[in-house]
Amino acid sequence: MKSKAAVYPYLVWMIIFIIVPTALVVVFAFTDKGGTFTLQNLQEVGQYSNIFLRSIWLGAVATVVSLVVGYPAAYIISRHSVSRQNTLIMLIMLPMWMNFLLRTYAWMTLLEDSGFINRALMACGFPSVHMINTQGAVVLGMVYNYIPYMILPVYSVLTKIDPSVIEAAEDLGADRRTVFLRVTLPLSMPGVISGVTMVFVPSVSTFIISKMLGGGSNLLIGDLIDMQFLGSAYNPNLGSAISLVLMVLILICMGIMNQFDENGAAEGGMMV
Amino acid sequence: MEKVSIISLKDIAVSFDGEPVLKGFNLSIGDGEFVTLLGPSGCGKTTTLRIIGGFVRPDSGDVFFNGKRITALPPHKREVNTIFQKYALFPHLNVYDNVAFGMRVHGKSERAIRQKVGKMLDMVDLRGFEYRNVNQLSGGQQQRVAIARALANEPKVLLLDEPLGALDLKLRKDMQVELKKIQKQTGITFLFVTHDQEEALSMSDEVVVMDKGAIQQIGTPLDIYNEPKNAFVADFIGESNILDGIMREDFLVEFAGRRFRCVDKGFRTNEPVDVVIRPEDIDISKPDDEKLTGMVQNVTFKGVFYEVIVDVHGFKWMIQTTDYVKSGEKIGISVQPDEIHVMHKSEYSGKFGDYSTFSDEMGDDVQPLPKAEGAE
Repeated sequence: MKSKAAVYPYLVWMIIFIIVPTALVVVFAFTDKGGTFTLQNLQEVGQYSNIFLRSIWLGAVATVVSLVVGYPAAYIISRHSVSRQNTLIMLIMLPMWMNFLLRTYAWMTLLEDSGFINRALMACGFPSVHMINTQGAVVLGMVYNYIPYMILPVYSVLTKIDPSVIEAAEDLGADRRTVFLRVTLPLSMPGVISGVTMVFVPSVSTFIISKMLGGGSNLLIGDLIDMQFLGSAYNPNLGSAISLVLMVLILICMGIMNQFDENGAAEGGMMV
Repeated sequence: MEKVSIISLKDIAVSFDGEPVLKGFNLSIGDGEFVTLLGPSGCGKTTTLRIIGGFVRPDSGDVFFNGKRITALPPHKREVNTIFQKYALFPHLNVYDNVAFGMRVHGKSERAIRQKVGKMLDMVDLRGFEYRNVNQLSGGQQQRVAIARALANEPKVLLLDEPLGALDLKLRKDMQVELKKIQKQTGITFLFVTHDQEEALSMSDEVVVMDKGAIQQIGTPLDIYNEPKNAFVADFIGESNILDGIMREDFLVEFAGRRFRCVDKGFRTNEPVDVVIRPEDIDISKPDDEKLTGMVQNVTFKGVFYEVIVDVHGFKWMIQTTDYVKSGEKIGISVQPDEIHVMHKSEYSGKFGDYSTFSDEMGDDVQPLPKAEGAE
């Protein structure tokens, strides 16, 4: 009984801050400025399909890079002693204590044509490299900002794997590589899935990173929405429609991702 | 027992965090035998198993397999397989794939694997469970999968680390019989670790009794029971009355203020000794001057027999008898010469054998259960 009563505050919170806003977004998306029903907004979203594609592409690249870099990091951390693990995890989290904008500004000054890195390159006699305002810079910003969200869930799942299961695999004749491929990796998939979700979703919808590191030429969906609400092209109805489409797209991506995992696990089980 | 030894441990010493776990440990295991390492928790029996499995590297000493030194060989290159305490099944694989794991790692063909998995599942009576998720199986079924998985690899030696510890009594008995049957069928050497003396006695060809990281006695179950080497072994295996005695001469021992004929010899004249008398070997009768007498303190009905605690000059004896006696009754006690076992004094002398603080010794069975049980 008590536990039921404890649910209500959360329920109220969810209704006020999640359900109602989402409903409002839907309502705005399907109405015009006067408040009458229309599909105009959704049709307009179609013009921006290249921005959608770019967002999803860059988000996906950032997610893959985060996974490729983050998984080994999580694995290595999980192999250390507990006190060492805590220190390492704190080091991973440390940048997150710094303000997000500040961190991204820092990258701007590093990557600029006359920024720190280029000056260092030239000092060593290398030609300067154009980095700022490229897609690469945007991906770098995404990876830099969101990789802790990949490392943490993967690390947490890895530390929970029963060491005797690993020993059982070794006992049955598996060398270290085989143990990893057939036992550790499949057992860490839940962590990978949540890591991928937690990096992909904010990457796709970011606007600060693309604005600061991508310049005007690498507009993402986040920037587009930003413009509809706060920018020159003020049009909350179109902004809502874009948000709605983005939401649906992310849901579809996640659905595919989860499907892939289930199939992967089942097939892996059959094939391995 | 002149068999070829398949595994031998030579002068093994291991310590964890400076705490010695095994010291000067020598053991040789005969091919095709069912050998049990028996001892209380913390005696080093699991560590011994892990050394053979390759999971613990000894600080000093060597491990030999079929005469070859394998001390530094990693686990996956050893021809032994382990059944772990908590089974350690692969939670992401079904029953079939769990059993097939070892063969797939070794690159066997899927056809051969299918055949072998079928055979293994037949053996452990799990046909039809191939595609079940292992997490949905009962403890006993998981245990069987673990056995099938380990045996599918056709190991030369199977290491079993308290495999029946998590099962309830009935299931444990069934699995004991089954394991013994499988061992006979396959002819594989079994090295079994347990703290349950009954399990050790009923299953093994040879029992290795361990305590404090050292072997106390090696022998057949019968040897261990009838001819314990010291007070620890006598107390750990079954119930024992262990009395202070003096060996007056060959075949004559004195204890409880009387001299008794016995079958032991080779002691120094007047050597202080420990005398073991099993509770079931004591005859009771009407008291008379010829016999040792005692006062019955407590009688417990055990089904097949009564367990009687008798006070003999302040020392509490345990007697198991089918004759009914009353609490407070004075009785005569007699022991046949061949039921008296005389042992040299050891570091364990005086620590065991008196039943004055006896409260139905369930200790051995209760030990492995969670702490909450003890709090009751």
